[in-house]
Amino acid sequence: MGREVSFSDGETVRVLDLDKSGHVRAPRYVRGKTGTVSHLLGKFKNPEDLAYGKYDGPEKELYRVAFRQSDLWQGYEGNLDDTLVIDIYEHWLEGA
Amino acid sequence: MSENGHDHPHPGTGRTATPSTLRVRAMEKLLVEKGVLTEAEIQDRISYMDSRSPANGAKLVAKAWTDEAFKNRLLEDTKSATFELGMDASGPVEFIVVENTPEVHNLIVCTLCSCYPRAILGRPPDWYKSFEYRSRAVKEPRAVMREFGYEPPENVEVRVHDSTADIRYMVLPMRPEGTRGMGEEGLAELVSRDSLVGVSVPEAPSHFNA
Repeated sequence: MGREVSFSDGETVRVLDLDKSGHVRAPRYVRGKTGTVSHLLGKFKNPEDLAYGKYDGPEKELYRVAFRQSDLWQGYEGNLDDTLVIDIYEHWLEGA
Repeated sequence: MSENGHDHPHPGTGRTATPSTLRVRAMEKLLVEKGVLTEAEIQDRISYMDSRSPANGAKLVAKAWTDEAFKNRLLEDTKSATFELGMDASGPVEFIVVENTPEVHNLIVCTLCSCYPRAILGRPPDWYKSFEYRSRAVKEPRAVMREFGYEPPENVEVRVHDSTADIRYMVLPMRPEGTRGMGEEGLAELVSRDSLVGVSVPEAPSHFNA
């Protein structure tokens, strides 16, 4: 995936629902959901490469993305302000 | 801790090996035979894990409660702060400490596997790795905490952190009321492993022993 993406703090993003199986780090419950970038974590080797012995792949920007729990789960029980924050690599994100 | 200094029984100890221990032992043997690892490296790794424990986390928290400048360093650069207290959390993973406040209560989970700040706290508890905790902590965190005996107030934001990647998270709980005048050592005793994950909170000694 050669797509250049970079997001800044506070930007609204959507997690892509990539048809990618195996060792991926974007759990299904956030795919297709919209959240807000809350922190830029820097560049890391892509675990989706590392898990299969590919050590020379490009580094990927890693972001903390915050979601409202009520946007993730139907009938979420709790405060409407309850949130979930998750670390997502750039190639799983698009601007929203 | 078992008599051989680590978590799995050895043949001849009279204990039954589970299928998973047998599998791990077979893999260990193969990795050594194929020259991928040496026995010494495996032992080193076991000693490394055994030398880390939730007591490290408790020390960091107690120090943060009594020293505002240290707290800020712990929140800004966790790795350096651990070095200040003589801990060695070096390694490829990064750490973030998330602070509980009157407005926000933090809870840590790894839904994909069992990512945990091992370089500071050692091995995670079994429940942390269980499918049940991993699936429910993200979806119904308040119910999970209730089962651990903690109920955050309704008006407090519960913030769940799913550590899916290269960062490991630890909670800095709030210092309980009624602990004024207590020293670092006494305070550290109030900080349980569960409170560092966020499924519970530390309590003042009178409640603690009640």
